[in-house]
Amino acid sequence: MNGTKKVVELVGVTKVYPGDVAALRGVDLVIGAGDLVAIVGPSGSGKSTLLHMIGTLDRPTSGTVRIAGYEVGDLTDRELSALRARHLGFVFQQFHLAPGTSALDNVADGLLYSGTPPKARRERAAAALERVGLGHRLGHRPHQMSGGEQQRVAVARAVAGEPPLLLADEPTGNLDSAAGAEVLAVLRDLNASGTTIALITHDAEIAAWAPRRVGVRDGRIVTDERTETAAATPATTAAKPAAKPVAGPGAETVEAAR
Amino acid sequence: MTKETPDESRSGRGGRRTRLTPARLRPRDVVRVSAGGLRARPARVVLSALGIAIGIATMVGVVGVSSSSREDLLRQLDRLGTNMLTVQAGRTLFGEEAKLPVTAPEMVRRITPVTAAAATGLMDATVRRTDRISEDVTGGIVVQAADDELLDTLRGTMAAGAWLNAATERYPAVVLGSVAAERLGVSRPGGQVWIGGRWFTVLGVLAPLPLAPEIERSALMGFAAAEQYLGFDGHPTTIYERSADEAVEDVRAVLPGTVNPENPEEVDVSRPSDALTAKAAATGAFTELMLGLGAVALLVGGVGVANTMVISVLERRKEIGLRRSLGATRGQVRVQFLAESLLLSALGGVVGAALGAVATAGYAMSNGWPAVVPPWAVGGAVGATLVIGTLAGLYPAMRAARLSPTEALTTT
Repeated sequence: MNGTKKVVELVGVTKVYPGDVAALRGVDLVIGAGDLVAIVGPSGSGKSTLLHMIGTLDRPTSGTVRIAGYEVGDLTDRELSALRARHLGFVFQQFHLAPGTSALDNVADGLLYSGTPPKARRERAAAALERVGLGHRLGHRPHQMSGGEQQRVAVARAVAGEPPLLLADEPTGNLDSAAGAEVLAVLRDLNASGTTIALITHDAEIAAWAPRRVGVRDGRIVTDERTETAAATPATTAAKPAAKPVAGPGAETVEAAR
Repeated sequence: MTKETPDESRSGRGGRRTRLTPARLRPRDVVRVSAGGLRARPARVVLSALGIAIGIATMVGVVGVSSSSREDLLRQLDRLGTNMLTVQAGRTLFGEEAKLPVTAPEMVRRITPVTAAAATGLMDATVRRTDRISEDVTGGIVVQAADDELLDTLRGTMAAGAWLNAATERYPAVVLGSVAAERLGVSRPGGQVWIGGRWFTVLGVLAPLPLAPEIERSALMGFAAAEQYLGFDGHPTTIYERSADEAVEDVRAVLPGTVNPENPEEVDVSRPSDALTAKAAATGAFTELMLGLGAVALLVGGVGVANTMVISVLERRKEIGLRRSLGATRGQVRVQFLAESLLLSALGGVVGAALGAVATAGYAMSNGWPAVVPPWAVGGAVGATLVIGTLAGLYPAMRAARLSPTEALTTT
C-alpha cells in the first residue's frame, strides 16, 4: 500500500458505445501514487476502454473519472489535452515512432505539446533515453533498432516529461519474450523511481509480474489482488538487464555510420 | 512550464485547481513538424507541388513575357523619342489632294522650340531592279525626294553606305529604305536601280526606322536630283519635325498655320510615337486570356493539394492519435495540417515563380528583349499559393482535428 495519493480515481464508470454496446458496466478503481498495476483481461473485456478512460482519451457515459485530482467530466477538450501533456504518458502496442527520425528526436517530439523549449526538450529526451538504457543509441533511427529497443524509445518518449502516470497498452504485444522482458524491466525501474504505472495486458504471465493485478471481465472489475513483496519477475527478465541490450542485425553498419 | 501540485482536494467535488492551459506551439515547431510530415512522403509532395508550380509558372511567365515585350517597346520609344511630329498634306475642301508650300520646311524650322526638321516629297515614279521589269511591279516601294536633314531628324542610322549630302543630292543617286532594299535585292551600295527611265546609283541602305515605316519603303534622292531628272515640282508631302519634349503640344498647335498659312485645314499633323505607345498599352490584352489559363492550372493544382492532404489525414490517423495522446489539442492538430498544406503549396509557388522567371528570361533573350518579371506578379503568385494552400488545407485539417483520439489510435 505505497500509494497515499490517488493518481486515478474511477467511480461508477460506465461506457456505452453507439449500438448499445456496453464496454464498461460500473467500474470503481483507485490507483495510488507509486502503484504498478496490471489491468488484465481477455480481449473484449473492456480493458482497452478502461485505459481510454484513465488516459482521458475518451469520456465515460456515466460515472466520475478523476485523474491527478482533475475531474475529467469538468474539463474541456483543450484542458484534457493539457492534462495529457503534463500528467500522462502513453506507451502503445505499436511503437508509433516517426520513421527516418532519430531516437533522440522521436523522444524530444514527445515534449512538443508540453511547452518545453527545444533545447530543454532534447536534453530531457537524452536523459529519458539514458533511463531506458538507450543512451548509446540517441542518433539511431527506428529501422536501425530492434523491436525491444524501439519500444523502449516509445517508453522514453512517454516518460520524458516525467508524468506522474504512465499508461502502457499491451507494451509487449508486438515483441518476442526477450524483448518484452527488456521493456518490462524498464517499466519496473521507472516504477521504482516513483512513476505510477498502469499496464494493460491479456497475458497472465505479465500480469503476475506486477505487484497489483486488476482483473477485468465483461466490463467489470472482477479481481483486485496485491502482492506485498515484489513479485517474481518472469524468468527471462532476470537475465536481461535493461542497460546493455544485444545489438540487433545491422548494428555494425549503424555504428560505422555514426 | 507550470507544474501543478495535485496535493489537496483529491476528493474535492469539482476538484479543480490550477486551470489547465495547453502550451502554445512555437511557430518554429509548427514549421518543423509540418516539414517533417512532408519529408516522409517526398514523391507525393513533389507531384502535388508540381501542379501548383505549373499554374504559377504559367501566370508568372505570361506576365513576364508581356512585361518584357512592353519594356522593349518602351525602351524603343525612349530611344526614338516621342517628340517627333509629322506634317502631311491633307485634302482640300473639295477633296483633292492638297500640297504643302515649297517654303514649308523653312517655316517649320523657324518655330522656336523646333530642333530639327526635314521634308520628303512623294513622286509618281517607280523604282525597279532593271528596265526589263514591268512598270506595274512597284513592290510597294515609292520614290521620294528627301532633304539631307531627314536622317538626323528621324535619328536613323545607315545599315550600309552613306546618306545623301550636298554633293550627292544633285546626282542620280538614291538611298534605299531597309524594306525597299530588301525587296529590290540590294544590300550594299554601288548597285544600280531603274527609276523613271534611267539608272540611279545606290548610295546606301538605311537601318529600320520604327517611327517612319513609310521611309523604310522608299527610295530617297535629293530634291535637286528629283527636280532635274524626274520633273519633281518641289512641293514636300511630309515634314518631319522634332522639338523640345515639353513643347510638343505647343508646336503641334502652331504647325498647320505655320506650314500653310493660307489653308491650315489642309494640313494633317500626327505623332508617330503614338502608335508605338498604343502598341505598348495593347500588349496586355492577350495576356488576360493566358492568365486565365494559368489560373485554371493553379486551381487544378490546388485540388491536387487538397487531395494529397485528405489522403495524408486518412493515412496518418495513428500519428494524429499519438499526438493527441501526447497532449496536442484539436487546434494544434488543425494547425499542423494547415501548415503542411501551406508549406506544400508555397513550395510549388516558389518553384513555379522561379520557373516562370526563367521562362521569361529565356523567351525575352531569344527575342532580344530586356527580361522583366514584375515584382507584383511574383508577389501575387506567392499570395495566390498561400490562399490556395489555406483553402486546400482547411477541410483536411478540420477532418484531422475532428478525429477522436481513441478512434485514431484503434484503427488498424
